[in-house]
Amino acid sequence: MKKQLKLTVNGQPYELYVKPKTLLVEVLRNDLGLTGTKRGCNEAACGACTVNLNGMAVRSCSVLALQANGAEVLTVEGLAKGNKLHPLQEAFLDYGAFQCGFCTAGMLMSAKALLNENPKPTKEQIKEGIDGNLCRCTGYNSIIRAITAVVKGEYKEAK
Amino acid sequence: MIRDFEHFAPKTLKEALTLLDKYKDECKVIAGGQSLLTLMKQGLVSPKYIIDIKHLPGMDYIKYDAKEGLKIGALTTHRAVEKSKVIKDKFPVLSEMESRVATIQTRNWGTIGGDLCHADPAGDPAPVLISLNATLKLASLKGERTIPVEDFTLDYFETALEPGELLAEIQVPVVPPRTGTVYYKFNVIEGDMAIVGIAVSMTLGEGDTTCSDVRIVLGASASKPIRAKQAEQLLRGKKITDALLEKAGQTASEEAEPISDIHASEEYRRELIKVLVKRIAKQALARAK
Repeated sequence: MKKQLKLTVNGQPYELYVKPKTLLVEVLRNDLGLTGTKRGCNEAACGACTVNLNGMAVRSCSVLALQANGAEVLTVEGLAKGNKLHPLQEAFLDYGAFQCGFCTAGMLMSAKALLNENPKPTKEQIKEGIDGNLCRCTGYNSIIRAITAVVKGEYKEAK
Repeated sequence: MIRDFEHFAPKTLKEALTLLDKYKDECKVIAGGQSLLTLMKQGLVSPKYIIDIKHLPGMDYIKYDAKEGLKIGALTTHRAVEKSKVIKDKFPVLSEMESRVATIQTRNWGTIGGDLCHADPAGDPAPVLISLNATLKLASLKGERTIPVEDFTLDYFETALEPGELLAEIQVPVVPPRTGTVYYKFNVIEGDMAIVGIAVSMTLGEGDTTCSDVRIVLGASASKPIRAKQAEQLLRGKKITDALLEKAGQTASEEAEPISDIHASEEYRRELIKVLVKRIAKQALARAK
């Protein structure tokens, strides 16, 4: 028996009917076609599914979709403004902060949430901010460098 | 795979309690779901009815009163407890503990009440709350009752909640003067559950080295958080020396009933308890000054 779910994703309001057992990641990927968010482990361990819910980083694989009723969700698809990439995305490109790219959406969203809360994090705070996101390829340093570059203001429209 | 279930999102506490009373064993309560959803995905729990209290109003708050102490609503997120100014100021050990619970994403959605009701023996909030002498307010259609956190966890994933009862509030009394409380979580990868968790609360007596009261609580050391009462007895009312702390650590490691699992053997856990109880008790003593 489906229930109504109304939420805003990347600025767009949606009205859906979902089975109660549906997870937020399933709504985003399957119902809304926003496949940028990845389902890495399904057990709240890897962070590849991280999105921003009301500005906070959450694991979309571990949020019941119905609990996002009335919420504002930001996914990786919502970072760019038209053709202009978000500073975090530009920095990730410039600093080689991804290889296979599977963790990247989650990393970007954790970084975005970090900067929402603390626009000028220290290196330690950056590390803490991405603590919940696993990466098997990069060894994390390039990711930290990319985020640091954004914090330092190397990219216009820092935020 | 999660099995289908019927979902209720009650709008008031009374509605939630009525539903709980109606469905009893056939329902499960979900708050943040950071523990429950994992179990459901693994097929370990398949309730027919889910009572979703994540957005239940009036249960997400942190209040402090100089006499009454701290009152935390059961639906307060871990992150809110971690970041609370009043908690950092008056009960810093709670904020420190929360900063080591899982990861930021989990702390943003998961609640402290949900953690306590899930009753994972390796959980972090329970040992710290026990060391702070905290109590819990439980609500049902019949009324409310208060129970010490120490009596709340009965066994692995089993609490003293009666059918029809919900955890409503966590109450932490004002810290007695000259008391230091420290929590240490031992794990290998940051974000993992504790391999052992040690909470020590020490109150100074006369001078700076006599202990008038102490609480040593071990997490992930038995089927539920336990107080190392014999170790406490060695220290209570005595002048604290290195040798005495050694003995206390040794005693605590014998009082514990740790398991062997993929993360550590029973022997290693006992060794950790022996070493860490001494170390953390020393830190608590320093903090008490």
